[in-house]
Amino acid sequence: MDLLNAFITLANFVIVPAIAYGSQLALGALGVTLIYGILRFSNFAHGDTMAFGTMITILITWLFQSWGLSLGVFPTALLALPFGIAGCALFVLMTDRAVYRFYRVQKAKPVILVIVSMGVMFIMNGVVRFIIGPDDHAFGDGERFIISARTFREMTGLQEGLAIRTSTGITVITAIIVVAILFWFLNKTRTGKSMRAYSDNEDLALLSGINPERVVMVTWIIVAALATVAGTLYGLDKSFKAFTYFQLLLPIFASAIVGGLGSPVGAIAGGFIIAFSEVLVTYAWKKVLVYALPDGIGPDGLAQLLSTDYKFAVSFLILLIVLLFRPTGLFKGKSV
Amino acid sequence: MKKLLLATAATALMAGSASAQEIKIGIILGFTGPLESITPSMAAGAELAIEEINEAGTLLDGANVTSVRADSTCIDASAATAAAERLITSENVNAIMGADCSGVTGAILQNVARPNGVVMISPSATSPGLSTAEDDGLFFRTAPSDARQGVVMTEVLMDRGINSVAVTYTNNDYGKGLADAFEASFVEAGGTVTINASHEDGKADYSSEVASLASAGGDVLVVAGYTDQGGKGIIQASLDSGAFDTFVLPDGMVGQQLVDDIGSGLDGSFGQYPGTDSAGAEMFQELAAAAGFEGTSAFAPESYDAAALILLAMQKAGSTASADFKDHVMDVANAPGEEIFPGELAKAIEILKAGGDIDYVGATAVELIGGGESAGNYREIEIKDGEIETVNFR
Repeated sequence: MDLLNAFITLANFVIVPAIAYGSQLALGALGVTLIYGILRFSNFAHGDTMAFGTMITILITWLFQSWGLSLGVFPTALLALPFGIAGCALFVLMTDRAVYRFYRVQKAKPVILVIVSMGVMFIMNGVVRFIIGPDDHAFGDGERFIISARTFREMTGLQEGLAIRTSTGITVITAIIVVAILFWFLNKTRTGKSMRAYSDNEDLALLSGINPERVVMVTWIIVAALATVAGTLYGLDKSFKAFTYFQLLLPIFASAIVGGLGSPVGAIAGGFIIAFSEVLVTYAWKKVLVYALPDGIGPDGLAQLLSTDYKFAVSFLILLIVLLFRPTGLFKGKSV
Repeated sequence: MKKLLLATAATALMAGSASAQEIKIGIILGFTGPLESITPSMAAGAELAIEEINEAGTLLDGANVTSVRADSTCIDASAATAAAERLITSENVNAIMGADCSGVTGAILQNVARPNGVVMISPSATSPGLSTAEDDGLFFRTAPSDARQGVVMTEVLMDRGINSVAVTYTNNDYGKGLADAFEASFVEAGGTVTINASHEDGKADYSSEVASLASAGGDVLVVAGYTDQGGKGIIQASLDSGAFDTFVLPDGMVGQQLVDDIGSGLDGSFGQYPGTDSAGAEMFQELAAAAGFEGTSAFAPESYDAAALILLAMQKAGSTASADFKDHVMDVANAPGEEIFPGELAKAIEILKAGGDIDYVGATAVELIGGGESAGNYREIEIKDGEIETVNFR
């Protein structure tokens, strides 16, 4: 019984939150990795692209709510998501047209594009704050829990409860669906194959008649979709604030680099590695150990490795270690 | 040459005695910066007391009181010091009403007030650190130290029979000061603090912070944060994961917005914030309304009291020199003597002139303790059915 309590505690405070956070990071990292693989630069504006897509989704959600539209137990935001994706895609395509294309035609070095993307990041950041403001916005509605801690306790008779929020469930399921579609698209469709060819060798791809502008356009649309989905899920699960999306850039890049930049599988693995290490390293193990160990041996202290303030430091550390010992990442992406 | 010097000195002395009837009070508050929304009402509160004295015209045989405003910025210690320096050296103020934020107040006290020997009374600096600061008897405050809130919070918890709590605080001077003061007094009272952990404001996700708090355990969670920042996030995440269901809310966390945002999960939580059931608070609000500003604005009553105390202490000492009246601030503020409420400053002056004693109650039921800080009155509240209800005064 005590072991079961220990496991439930761990599941409630570590496993479930980390899986949700990991899925959100994985979707974000996929976007970064696609741009790196196909357009060949690190897109610093990705966090703010997520914020922009989420912002459109929120605005449409509010519109739907004012019309009385809803999805019952599911959040209305899911209904608004396609519009968010469309708006975000339009915006990044405009950005590409106005900014990135200029440098692509010149065949500018990747480092220049990185700096350019930082400029885009600041502008997007400003646009988002200008439109929706710098404040917190909670836009989730519908049923809040799949199962709440109290219900779980009553159902099982255990001392510890396990809460699974609707947003967590939606996050995981949506992430699986999106990833499945993405992999099918990249591996099975003609456009997906031409994207991979373009990524492997630009010149050969051009010789075999692949239209580069089309590949770039499709890439941006997919990236916008991934960013908006990731951002909306994160916002539903936590809350929306322009500044926190900007801060998400670090764990997202850490995920993409740990997994191997340019490798979609790596991005997903990296997302979960970063999420689990952030949560595990800063978790206070006291309660779990008291349950799991025989009476009297459990620790009096918190058994916490690092204070939760150092969460971001954990992503930094993993990033450094991977860059030092395996610069191409765990799944052999391109070297940074 | 000698004659000329003497003459100059004599003139200066004459000038000095001639203007003894002119009293200047420096009002140094953060008119720009994080507190800029409440400082206008604070200044108006202080000026209201000055106006009241001038209308009576009886202070020190008809002295006229004027005030000079200066900007403390709330956060920039060097700008605040320069502003206070100007007040004393070029405006020749007799005393300072201010400053507002704890950091700049400490800076002005050490760099300007003490070297020049000028009394300052702060209406809103609540850092426990100021209680023990060297002040040569020149520094007072009409706001209670957060150490006092720690004691009150301990009493609230003990009276409810709760003796094991987890504490989380917003990572700044306010949060840390309050959390540490509370932990000290709670442990002294025999309670257990299972964890005293900080949280950063402005994050989207507080689940890992809550995971640590939950692991440490405790009957209730004390959240020394802000309603629209991390404090709210911590409470939401605790309710979601079933980590805690009852929360203790100190002054920064008491707000209807929080209750509305969180909903029924907050029912049964309790806390305290500065407040009094003294009749003075209402009388001050009427005076403020007549003067055209918001009397319920934070620290406006404290500002009125600070200015009134300065002037009444001057009357009691029969002098406008800080060195003379600094020892009388505590006398006029505390018993014994006739109780003085807002709007009764003229009466207070009459009593003092007749050689009587006063006990200044003012707008905030002032009672100065220790080195000259407000004992502090707190309103104990509980959340019932989505409303903040006052259940007790402490």
